[in-house]
Amino acid sequence: MTLAITDLKVTIGGKDVLRGVDLTLEAGRVHGLAGESGSGKTMTGLAVLGLLPHGSRVTGSVALEGRELLTLPAKELNEVRGGQVAMVFQDPATSLHPMLTVGRQLTEHMRHHLRVGKAEARERAVELLRKVRIPGPEEACRRYPHQFSGGMRQRIAIAVALACSPKVLIADEPTTALDVTVQAGVLRLLRGLCDELGLAVLLVTHDLGVMSAVADEVSVMKDGLVVETGPRSRVLREPDHPYTRTLLASLPDAEVS
Amino acid sequence: MRSLLKIDDLVVEHRTPGRPVVRAVAGASLEVRAGEVVGLVGESGCGKSTLARAVVGLNRAASGSITFEGEPVTPLGLRRRTMTGVQMVFQDPYASLNPRRRVGDQIADGLRVAGDTASSPADLLERVGLPRDFASRHPHEFSGGQRQRIAIARALAARPRLLIGDEPISALDASAQSQVATLMRDLAVSSGAGLLFISHDLSVVRLIADRIAVMYLGRIVEVGDTAEVWADPRHPYTRALLGAIPKPDGMGVLPAELPGDVPDPADPPSGCRFHPRCPLVMDVCRTKEPEFGPVACWLHGPS
Repeated sequence: MTLAITDLKVTIGGKDVLRGVDLTLEAGRVHGLAGESGSGKTMTGLAVLGLLPHGSRVTGSVALEGRELLTLPAKELNEVRGGQVAMVFQDPATSLHPMLTVGRQLTEHMRHHLRVGKAEARERAVELLRKVRIPGPEEACRRYPHQFSGGMRQRIAIAVALACSPKVLIADEPTTALDVTVQAGVLRLLRGLCDELGLAVLLVTHDLGVMSAVADEVSVMKDGLVVETGPRSRVLREPDHPYTRTLLASLPDAEVS
Repeated sequence: MRSLLKIDDLVVEHRTPGRPVVRAVAGASLEVRAGEVVGLVGESGCGKSTLARAVVGLNRAASGSITFEGEPVTPLGLRRRTMTGVQMVFQDPYASLNPRRRVGDQIADGLRVAGDTASSPADLLERVGLPRDFASRHPHEFSGGQRQRIAIARALAARPRLLIGDEPISALDASAQSQVATLMRDLAVSSGAGLLFISHDLSVVRLIADRIAVMYLGRIVEVGDTAEVWADPRHPYTRALLGAIPKPDGMGVLPAELPGDVPDPADPPSGCRFHPRCPLVMDVCRTKEPEFGPVACWLHGPS
């Protein structure tokens, strides 16, 4: 068990956003987190990284290989963030810095976390871009985010997240902003990286199709609670909880299959 | 049904000094009838938005024609235009609303254009599912989904006969997307207007469109009833698009990836524009462009 979230409760401005979430992520497995917006999917992801909005109160536990993250002092948390736990956001157009070259964005945190030299960081950056299948990686390092298409940008964002060889990757709607044809490529990439590098992936998505394609385990959230957790095929084919059944029944394909 | 908008062999070019001319729309034909919802889909960069902007006169047509209710559409200029029957909802509601004016005033502009003295901006806010007292607020006080609803209210205030949505949902939170799309459909259909809905999200288009048009690199490659196209896609590109949608069957099947990238529109491939990526490419595809419909593919030649 790489990351264990137990009884995580978050209150923001007197509103209970999460009301006791339990999740476990394991190395080499993709854990899908489904649910409508406002159900607390994204907040769960942000809570792991300590990125919740100011004034939010958190109780419960988030343990990375037995180490409690919620009570870590800021300095130590900064070592974990980007180093051992990394995140990929929904919109690659806004999550990358528009005025820094791709190479700079790939090497900056690598040099900070891993304390590697400029040349070595550069070498690793090229290798990462090759791993996420960016054509012409050496040249790509010198270019800016706006010179890439949406799918390529999301691949770069994934490369940035993977730069410090994290143990846990949190992907918050990583393919929602992409074309379906590009989405297929990014999903294959995510699945491949998870298997190859033994990453524990938390995949937050509202798209049950995406969930079905890449997730090993699926959890369904509603109103700040996980209502159902289980292996993908069981949750999507024989859902226990009535809410999961409504979610599946509301899909346009429901009457066909 | 009578034809509301007719696009015939439209060509739109983008000219940048020092760069080759890009034919963003290269001979597209499409028709929207009154009371009908047409979904225009395709990958990003295929020219969907350019086509929509040409329809409202924001982009000048290099050749071909666009007619709205029999009248040719003229490019927008500085003069006040008389043709207000076409209204557009833009992609980014953060940029399309004026941040310094109250939303009620912005909606009132549309009402004035339509000569509508009976309804107030608050009535329109109510129609798009927002509280009436929002009219006195400014755009920054709203979330993305609310702003897009305001943009829709503003477009509807002018009583359009044709509403155009240029990726109106792609800047929104995932769960607000189908709500806003369904709202646009309901409002357009209930007022008897046509709707041209542009999106790269096929599942949403399937939900709201009567007919679907698939665009690839500046050309429309397949047009048909949504249900028919969905059940039996005929153009290999449509098949690839639909095949890339992952199915929620719990089987863990990764969707098929379409090889290659969209070619540079400044230098399109010869013959059929899809042939370098097509799994069923034949000799004729490399040399002759299929210039016929409803399926522009040599496998489904003109009868």
